[in-house]
Amino acid sequence: MKNNNVIEAQELTKMFGDFAAVNAISFNVKKGEIFGFLGANGAGKTTAMKMLIGISIPTSGKAKVAGFDVFTQAEDIKKNIGYMSQRFALYDDLTVKENITFFGGIYGLSRKQIKEKATVLIEELGLEKVANTLVGALPLGWKQKLSFSVSLLHDPKIVFLDEPTGGVDPITRRQFWEMIYKAANQGTTVFVTTHYMDEAEYCDRVSIMVNGKIEALGTPKKLKEQFKADNMNDVFLKLARG
Amino acid sequence: MSISVSNISKSYKNVTALQDISFNVKAGELFGLIGPDGAGKTTLFRILTTLLIANKGIATVAGFDVVSEYKKIRNNVGYMPGKFSLYQDLTVEENLEFFATIFGTTIEENYDLIRDIYVQIEPFKDRRAGKLSGGMKQKLALCCALIHKPKVLFLDEPTTGVDPVSRKEFWEMLKRLQQKDITILVSTPYMDEAALCDRIALIQDGKILQIDTPQAIVKHYPKQIYNVSANDTYQLLKSLNAYSYNHSVYPFGEFVHYTDSRANFNPKDLIAYLESKKLSNIEIYKTEPTIEDTFMELAK
Repeated sequence: MKNNNVIEAQELTKMFGDFAAVNAISFNVKKGEIFGFLGANGAGKTTAMKMLIGISIPTSGKAKVAGFDVFTQAEDIKKNIGYMSQRFALYDDLTVKENITFFGGIYGLSRKQIKEKATVLIEELGLEKVANTLVGALPLGWKQKLSFSVSLLHDPKIVFLDEPTGGVDPITRRQFWEMIYKAANQGTTVFVTTHYMDEAEYCDRVSIMVNGKIEALGTPKKLKEQFKADNMNDVFLKLARG
Repeated sequence: MSISVSNISKSYKNVTALQDISFNVKAGELFGLIGPDGAGKTTLFRILTTLLIANKGIATVAGFDVVSEYKKIRNNVGYMPGKFSLYQDLTVEENLEFFATIFGTTIEENYDLIRDIYVQIEPFKDRRAGKLSGGMKQKLALCCALIHKPKVLFLDEPTTGVDPVSRKEFWEMLKRLQQKDITILVSTPYMDEAALCDRIALIQDGKILQIDTPQAIVKHYPKQIYNVSANDTYQLLKSLNAYSYNHSVYPFGEFVHYTDSRANFNPKDLIAYLESKKLSNIEIYKTEPTIEDTFMELAK
């Protein structure tokens, strides 16, 4: 992509009957950017994200993700992005290695590539001792770190993280963010939702959705100035409470 | 004592969920169990609400033993589990009526206790519980846990996955309930909520790390914390982690919380080091510890 944007959304809208769950949102996300996508429960975050990852067709508007059109090239989008959420991460009944092999296969990597990636990944995460342990037996924090690495197996241009750190202990939560920084530093775009407002501060830019619309967008510093707030929590409370 | 826990241990096969847990909750207290997923919070709740039997130790709730007097406890406590467990196919009103009937009371009898909360979901009283939004489900579950006017209320991660606005409203509701003579034991993985409790227990891997008031817990933090920031946070973190004198390095919102292992630490040395790593716009100044700093220091 010439213009360096990994996401371009214009007036993107999703209607459920008369209800605009997502109401004409427009924004761009650049290569290597950490983009925080915030909003109260029910503000439309999940619906917007579903459109961007190619599993829900928008009612109107335009959007390109990783260079592909969300209306006509949804399958290409799915192949070129990474995705992880708290709800669906890995298969508990498969071992660490089996999960890596399975998802590597899904993403179309060769056996050789999978083997190489698995070795590097297991070493980087320090999972050598549990490589053949069922994922279900691992602590949540380890699972989430593994799940993030797995979502990057096919070197996607962009990875979508839906509340990746919910319930994770504070030390592991920070290690997780160091992994995010690292991925972004290597050029991967990170699109992340969170309810931890300190994590919003770690993002390059943040958008806040209220009732289907993006009501604020900018660097955490700019938003704090704009809303005369000390921290992102206050920005959020001021906006979402109206 | 409203809740008394002495040396409770619980294991599942080869996993130790709780290890020698002891604490007391006074009548009318709002007591928080603060810890991540897997710390043992839910196991403890299930033992105290008589749904699970401990391997070792004794516990009483509202003066009753959790094993020999479990029936009395069930009449005197309200329990809101972490997982939504009302009847999805019953409407809002039907769920509430069901729980009132089970406990031999009526909605009218204790309506004043739930009124503040129930008015918010009353417009949807004919909607099936399964069709409610997350925030409304939470409010309905709280109403159902309160409808028999319990002496002790157990709330297992009521705010997990809930946005900051709704979390704030939920805690305001708890504060109001506390004034109606209900003892509340609440668990949460959000460290910022700890400050809203009268006393808290920090829990990790089945063990209690510390019990005290939130104010006292931060006071006991052993080090001086510095806020550090620079032009490039990722490089700043890498550099600080590589600095041989660091005691702890944790990103905290727009800053990195840094503690030094030396007694005679001079911030100027650190600035010089960071400048040698090609960082600019370096800021460093003293800051106060938070509950989360304390938790991480204890869990290290």
